[in-house]
Amino acid sequence: MPLELLVEWTIKLLIGFVILMTTVAYLSLFERRMLGFMQMRQGPNRVGPFGLLQPVADGLKFIFKEDITPLAADKFLYVMAPALSLVPALMTFVLIPIGGEMKIPFIDRPIALHVTSVNVGVLAILAMTGMGVYGIVMAGYASNNKYSLMGGLRSSAQLVSYELAMSMSIVGVLLQAGSLDLVKIVANQGGWGGMQWHVFWFQPLGFIIFLISMVAETNRAPFDLPEAESELVAGFHTEYSSMKFAMFFIAEYANMVTASAMATVLFLGGWQGPGVAQLPLLGPFYFVAKMLFFLFLYIWLRASLPRLRYDQLMDFGWKFLLPLALINIVISATVAVVLL
Amino acid sequence: MNAVPLVTNETETLFDSDEMVLSMGPQHPSTHGVLRVVLKLDGERVIDLDCDIGYLHRGAEKIFENRLYPMIAPYFDRLDYIAAVSNGLLYVGTIERAMKIEIPPRAQYLRVILTELNRLASHLLWLATHALDIGGFTVFLWAFREREEILKIFECFFGARLTCHAFRIGGMSYDAYDGFEAQVRAFCDTFPARLEEYETMLNENRIWLGRTVGVGVITAADAISLGLSGAPLRGSGVDYDVRKTDPYECYADLDFDIPLGENGDTFDRYLIRMEEMRQSRRLVMQALDKLPGGPIMAKVPKVIKVPPGELYHSIEAPKGELGLYLVSDGGTKPYRLRVRPPSFINLGALRKMAVGSLVSDVVAVIGSLDIVLGEIDR
Repeated sequence: MPLELLVEWTIKLLIGFVILMTTVAYLSLFERRMLGFMQMRQGPNRVGPFGLLQPVADGLKFIFKEDITPLAADKFLYVMAPALSLVPALMTFVLIPIGGEMKIPFIDRPIALHVTSVNVGVLAILAMTGMGVYGIVMAGYASNNKYSLMGGLRSSAQLVSYELAMSMSIVGVLLQAGSLDLVKIVANQGGWGGMQWHVFWFQPLGFIIFLISMVAETNRAPFDLPEAESELVAGFHTEYSSMKFAMFFIAEYANMVTASAMATVLFLGGWQGPGVAQLPLLGPFYFVAKMLFFLFLYIWLRASLPRLRYDQLMDFGWKFLLPLALINIVISATVAVVLL
Repeated sequence: MNAVPLVTNETETLFDSDEMVLSMGPQHPSTHGVLRVVLKLDGERVIDLDCDIGYLHRGAEKIFENRLYPMIAPYFDRLDYIAAVSNGLLYVGTIERAMKIEIPPRAQYLRVILTELNRLASHLLWLATHALDIGGFTVFLWAFREREEILKIFECFFGARLTCHAFRIGGMSYDAYDGFEAQVRAFCDTFPARLEEYETMLNENRIWLGRTVGVGVITAADAISLGLSGAPLRGSGVDYDVRKTDPYECYADLDFDIPLGENGDTFDRYLIRMEEMRQSRRLVMQALDKLPGGPIMAKVPKVIKVPPGELYHSIEAPKGELGLYLVSDGGTKPYRLRVRPPSFINLGALRKMAVGSLVSDVVAVIGSLDIVLGEIDR
């Protein structure tokens, strides 16, 4: 492997990591400010101008908090769980193309704006997001707390109900794009002056199914059953404190960012948009704007909807979303054969 | 006899059997204070449950026996601390009935205005916490916005926001402040639009309906035999409201409706309380229109002595029928004062309502019963 490529990957990884962590930190601020706005209250606005330094304060506070391990906990799993939850959440981001190929001064070849691209990109991301739930289940088991255990169980039940519908909703896109590679999927949506997005172009149903399952997949309201505060106290992370809790927190928000990025790439044309062909620099801006739309949607949902019940959630996943996703596959396949 | 052992066997591990005993509370976020519910679970399904109360016991009823009649009144504010005005009305009303004191109309109307405002504040807190229990975070904060308006009025009137106290045996201790009427009217003008906001958020929300319709059902016969009162009773379609059946103060002169449910489920109880808020606002407006002038205190002896005998008096508190049983030996202190706490009796229906449902439903049902532990434990 040429050294030059290795250096490029390392730099991209570092930049990607920093961007992701900053996004996560400011997403938490954005969420609290938006919620405050929707709920007729201020939200954090004291630390720095408009509360912009709040994430820093939060981070410092997490570090200084006492790290408690319950006596009866399974120590190994208890420590492993947050890591197992965080690492896949961070890993998925390497596959997301946030822009097209770009010319950068002093480098004579075009640089692609994604860390790496594999030809089974979609599968790799699904596999990694699926792994994140092991962290939650392990945390639920290892804490030796009944609320945690129930949270962990709920989480695994939720995963099997929604992972399937989510994967099925993506199949339509794959049929249309003819590839599992995220870069090719984005490239497939470049027509109509950058507006031939899959959501307009035969996948609106798949988009809606994906949208619902992605909220369920990331354990966010109204599907936040594993950590349902009013029922399970704090669910799987009841016993966690300090940085271990922070790791779950970061994992949750990183998953939100990744899910939003996935939705953008698969259905909203990724970095495609009007004028990108002439000015490739616009690409990342389009990408971020589309991602912000989904992140806002997450917050909006949280402010608007009550929580589903365990059995209703399973019913909805198995009896409604999954059949709908299967129908979508049939439609997509027909469309792919007849029109493409 | 306890249906579930209140002390869980700690040596048994979680995985020895399919059943799990979960001690929910007293520090659980949605047990509304310090209620402890011991659940016997099979997965998430509740096989059996039992309530453990007494964490807030202050011996109020015993304290009453050792206080002069006027000194007892402030203790009542601390029973149902969400509806302190109603509690105060119950106490002074009972003593006035026992002493056969006729209180001036202005005091009666002021009492009704304040009690109905208190009902609004109590119902708003119920709505807020009930919505929060089911996950409706925004309704929680919105309802607090309106409650704040009422508490501001209370602060101006009583000098306190929570343990409001201005009712004296024989009338009111002071009259309305300048601008009281305008402030109350301003609140009443904005309130219906705010109620509609909540209803937009909840009434036709599929998730809200899914979480409340058919949950925690209690039939009219069961509700009567358990002695329920307030919204849990009326939710099952039983037309019983003390304000209509045994009018006290000036309720007989005022025009209001008693909303009734049909199915006796959580959603019906929700609808009833929402409608009750509209009716309370109507009552406040009517009482303000009719508010007479004149004195606010009747002639009351300097030393209050209740003639010997027994008396039961009850009012329609926000939580249900709040009753007081007074036994007097003719002295300056009561021989016995026994409170009939609606929260306690309504909580008795929890087992009937929640066994066989899921953990999430238990939380929803506790929310829909609208209990206050200060009143249950006393």
